[in-house]
Amino acid sequence: MRIRTMILGAAAAALLPVAGFAAGGGGHVTDVPFSFEGPLGGFDEAQLQRGFQVYNEVCSACHGLRYVSFRALGEPGGPGYDAEQVKAFASLYEAADTSDGALPGDMRPAIASDRFPANEAVGAPDLSLMAKARAGFHGPMGTGLSQLFNGIGGPEYIYSLLTHYTGEEKEQAGTILYGNETMAGGWISMTPPLSDDLVEYADGTPATTDQMAKDVAAFLMWAAEPKLEARKSAGARNFVFLALLAVLLYLTNKKLWAGVKKKGITPAE
Amino acid sequence: MSGIPHEPYEPKTGFTRWVHSRLPIGGLIYDTLTIPTPKNLNWMWIWGIILTVCLALQIITGIALVMHYTPHTSMAFASVEHIMRDVNGGWLIRYLHMNGASLFFIAVYFHIFRGLFYGSYKAPREITWIIGILIYVAMMATAFMGYVLPWGQMSFWGATVITNLFSAIPLVGESLVIWLWGGFSVDNPTLTRFFSLHYLLPFVIAGLVIVHIWAFHSTGNNNPTGVEVRRGSIEEAKKDTVPFYPYYVIKDIFALAVILLVFTVLVFFMPNYLGHPDNYIEANPLATPAHIVPEWYFLPFYAILRAITFDILFIDAKLGGVLAMFGAIVVMALAPWLDTSRVRSGRYRPMFKIWFAIFVVNFFVLMWAGGMPAEGLVPTISLIGTIYWFGFFLVILPVLGVIETPLPQPKTIEEDFDRMMAEKAAREAAVRGESGGAVATPAE
Repeated sequence: MRIRTMILGAAAAALLPVAGFAAGGGGHVTDVPFSFEGPLGGFDEAQLQRGFQVYNEVCSACHGLRYVSFRALGEPGGPGYDAEQVKAFASLYEAADTSDGALPGDMRPAIASDRFPANEAVGAPDLSLMAKARAGFHGPMGTGLSQLFNGIGGPEYIYSLLTHYTGEEKEQAGTILYGNETMAGGWISMTPPLSDDLVEYADGTPATTDQMAKDVAAFLMWAAEPKLEARKSAGARNFVFLALLAVLLYLTNKKLWAGVKKKGITPAE
Repeated sequence: MSGIPHEPYEPKTGFTRWVHSRLPIGGLIYDTLTIPTPKNLNWMWIWGIILTVCLALQIITGIALVMHYTPHTSMAFASVEHIMRDVNGGWLIRYLHMNGASLFFIAVYFHIFRGLFYGSYKAPREITWIIGILIYVAMMATAFMGYVLPWGQMSFWGATVITNLFSAIPLVGESLVIWLWGGFSVDNPTLTRFFSLHYLLPFVIAGLVIVHIWAFHSTGNNNPTGVEVRRGSIEEAKKDTVPFYPYYVIKDIFALAVILLVFTVLVFFMPNYLGHPDNYIEANPLATPAHIVPEWYFLPFYAILRAITFDILFIDAKLGGVLAMFGAIVVMALAPWLDTSRVRSGRYRPMFKIWFAIFVVNFFVLMWAGGMPAEGLVPTISLIGTIYWFGFFLVILPVLGVIETPLPQPKTIEEDFDRMMAEKAAREAAVRGESGGAVATPAE
């Protein structure tokens, strides 16, 4: 039917504004085939550990992770550290001391139940939700539907930002800006943070800039969505259950109506 | 309750007789569930039940969210993250609530367009229609205020843009906006009152839904033919109807399962698809996002708001936009009196069909325009869309009733149903390759 086709066509076309919603980046974003993409994808534990190492040794100097608890580092679906390692990592950071007798402003070493501290020292944005606060992908045709398989592109945005410095510099109002192909506007105030062999990976993976950028992007996706694995596995179970239920209900409905429909095709007496 | 003759409730046990003579609640439930419903309803009649389920889902998940949410500008954003990370199953409750709002609006748009196409708004169902529009308006208010609560960038700036609209009202506008805000900008008092109203309005909607159902249970359902159920006797009515339970209850639950299947994909595999990434950045009154867009379900009306970019006599562009946006909903409410056709269902109105299809396409065009930056051709397209929206209700509906020659309608619902079944049987026979097997022989 022509009218129906026309309406459906318009409905499909109207999904285009989703492209407008997803406007978060602006610049160049490279697709990275991360393990956690797609309806069944999950995190790569070793990659999360490497990514945490990069955050811990490099990013945390300027960027906070205020919504992430240290204990989450040991919870299922995350980097999978054991309790002792979590405690050790926590003790590298400080938390406000609120025990009896402590004065406002007193600090103590952090424990597993604390959160990573906010870090506003140089005005760098908090990274807890960065992987969800940026969109890299809007396709196909601007519908954004590809995110069912590729994700929204936040980790890719982070990876691209870290690896697409142009090498140019300029001074603006007393601040040095660095040319960056991914950053909207083309300039960013963050010094290129990564260089080859900046960290030494415990698992022996060569610490190239590219590798570190991928790893920290994956870690930040986990930081933004720590329940991603639980969500996807629950979704898969739900989908199978609902599909079965729908089939049974379809058959029930068909049988129920069979009598009414049979009467329907009987010529009226 | 229903105007369609049907067997009255008979309490069968001593206990139910005892209750019935004191409180006829059994009869109310019986009448509601067994209401004679036209037997030719198509799949566009499932949305009412879907909407009821959406309302229940939003209220239940909402009540659970409130147990963990803190309505304060310095804590709201963090409390949502607390729900997402620390509350058991919190991520599920929040993603259900967030995407539940979208499902609610998808369903309500199908429901409204179904009503418009099949003339469900026409006499004697005008009150059902008006109550429906009130529910829709209450839904929009609820969704708008709910979107403010997570206190992200889009929450804050969306609230700022929309509340500022009221400043366009002459004389009292500025004072009104300060009164709405509870201050001189969107701030803590705004957040707390939006929270309060966001919790209140769903219960108002629930009340309106009861009246909505009461109203159409009094008139009986419309159906795809628009022809009324025969009401001469119970036997006659039975030829046109089936009891709501079990026939439509099972059909609707099947439809619900299919829709929940799609909803599952959204909630579990792409929960932020319909959201805006900027809302994962905490509200910052000092940093305006590059591109402020409302949620997708507001986009057609947002486009109408922005379409008026010129002054009309003493009405400036801003006030004109606000009036057009609210007017777009008011003209929809007036449809029962603007449509002059004696034929109810669009199925038998050849010209209406085409204008209606353009109306639906136009709705999507406006939705697209509302999501685009207001530059280039977008304002012109929005204006054309706006003119068509108003033109459809104010010109096309009244004129079509006069100039259009409707197609012949079936005399009864039974006739339509029998024709449908015969066609279906013929199609199935054709598929089986039985030439000439137009009507399957029924086993008597």
